[in-house]
Amino acid sequence: MGPAALNAAPGASRELLEAAVRNEAGVVLASLIASFGDFDLAEEALQDAVAAALERWPESGVPERPAAWLTVAARRRAVDRLRHRAVHADKAEALRASEELRRAELAAAEEDEMRDERLSLLFTCCHPALSPEARVALTLRTLGGLSTDAVARAFLLPVATLAKRLERAKGKIRDARIPYRVPPETEWAARLDSVLAVLYLIFNEGYSASGAEPEARRALCEEAIRLAKVLVGLLPREGEARALLALMLLHDARRDARVGGDGGLVPLDEQDRGRWRRDELTAGLVALRAAASCGGRGAYQVQAAIAAAHVTAPSGAGTPWPTIAALYAELESLAPSPVVRVNRAVAEGRARGPAAGLALLASLGADGGAQRLADYLPYHAARADLLRRAGRGEEAAGAYRAALALAPAEPERRFLAGQLAQL
Amino acid sequence: MQYALLFYNPPHTQIPEAEREATIGQMLAEMRDWHAELTRAGVFRSMLRLAPVDAATSLRRQGKDVLVSDGPFAETKEILGGLALIECADLDEALGWARRCPLVRAGTVEVRPEWGPPR
Repeated sequence: MGPAALNAAPGASRELLEAAVRNEAGVVLASLIASFGDFDLAEEALQDAVAAALERWPESGVPERPAAWLTVAARRRAVDRLRHRAVHADKAEALRASEELRRAELAAAEEDEMRDERLSLLFTCCHPALSPEARVALTLRTLGGLSTDAVARAFLLPVATLAKRLERAKGKIRDARIPYRVPPETEWAARLDSVLAVLYLIFNEGYSASGAEPEARRALCEEAIRLAKVLVGLLPREGEARALLALMLLHDARRDARVGGDGGLVPLDEQDRGRWRRDELTAGLVALRAAASCGGRGAYQVQAAIAAAHVTAPSGAGTPWPTIAALYAELESLAPSPVVRVNRAVAEGRARGPAAGLALLASLGADGGAQRLADYLPYHAARADLLRRAGRGEEAAGAYRAALALAPAEPERRFLAGQLAQL
Repeated sequence: MQYALLFYNPPHTQIPEAEREATIGQMLAEMRDWHAELTRAGVFRSMLRLAPVDAATSLRRQGKDVLVSDGPFAETKEILGGLALIECADLDEALGWARRCPLVRAGTVEVRPEWGPPR
């Protein structure tokens, strides 16, 4: 949302006003939660303020600082609500309400000072004492501009289930007293990792070819990128935050080329490069360079470097597989996991021949993981591809069938079935 | 606000008999150090080490009667071996103390806040 919309003149369309409000909501909500320490009160007060804005702004025009306007209005509404509570409550609750009221009046007195509390709120929403699902839902709901409906649609959840999950998380923040603050240095690395993981989870949920409708998934990707940009703005010296943004942009730029005309998944080195979004690729590469200049190379930076190596190759056939294989080896030393090993095997297979890739996959099975691998789709898909390239057609067919038996999402199913048919 | 730290461990009988005394002695010494730290910081309220579940007796309602029976609430691999109460400003502070508890290495430490004020 550009400044044009925020300075919308009197008589601006309702959509424009609503967009302006949505754009500011995260900052305002964070500030309210920081002042009142109460999610529900903050949300109710913000809703009141938004309703007032949508009534007033069409005549008066959008104020110069919409967030400050909304915050002042919402704080007043919150104080009113607390007063009301204090009058109508029993003794214990009245005591509590009057305490909150004092705090609220203090907060209202500082109403000119509009501090950005989004970072504290982001750390609270991504607190490890909350379940990963709750972290995702709470982050999207409080810092994102998505409605509960939109989040539920993207995650294929009934709205009631999501609402309950949010209630539970807010209840735990309140009852266990999870603090609103940026964590101290001793916990910094682990807590930042948790924030980055939540943002990447949101992006991947949107990017994966799940059963949710395309617009709902698209909204998740856009929201994840927007939040990553906010985080980079708040923590400009955190290389991993910049690297995560780079990684998302580099993936997102290829979204139109990922699925072919037949609805099947298209491997990266076979994608139509004309359908990649150049401006997003450039932004991704710029973010990656900025990440590298922060020092301290982490797992997101290596992943973004892998994505960059793919997209900066002159052509699919010119993909620098030895570089990519080396980057995967580095990634495996930083953050070992079966999925990294599988990807590394694919890259090694292209760099040094299928036998090298198959050997890496075999060692994965030998680490006592054979049982778990049996149900692991990427393992079978990678193995099938390597066997096919090695000219071992019969074994490749077996591996493709094993992959297909694990019920992949439709685009991947089409791709695998197509490969099997061509053997 | 008070937080209860509940210590769940495998029963001590799972430690090989030859090592049991030394292992438990070592743990108790570390717990005494932890307790001293909590006290110095002014967060300590109380602590209790519980007898094995063999000594537990449970009461539960059955119809109009209360049934008394031998044994704990539930048979589990890890049993409630003790608890501590600490006074902290927020969950992060409580988690910080729990993390330093030597029993984290022996099992699970569950952190539970006291029942909050009415909403």
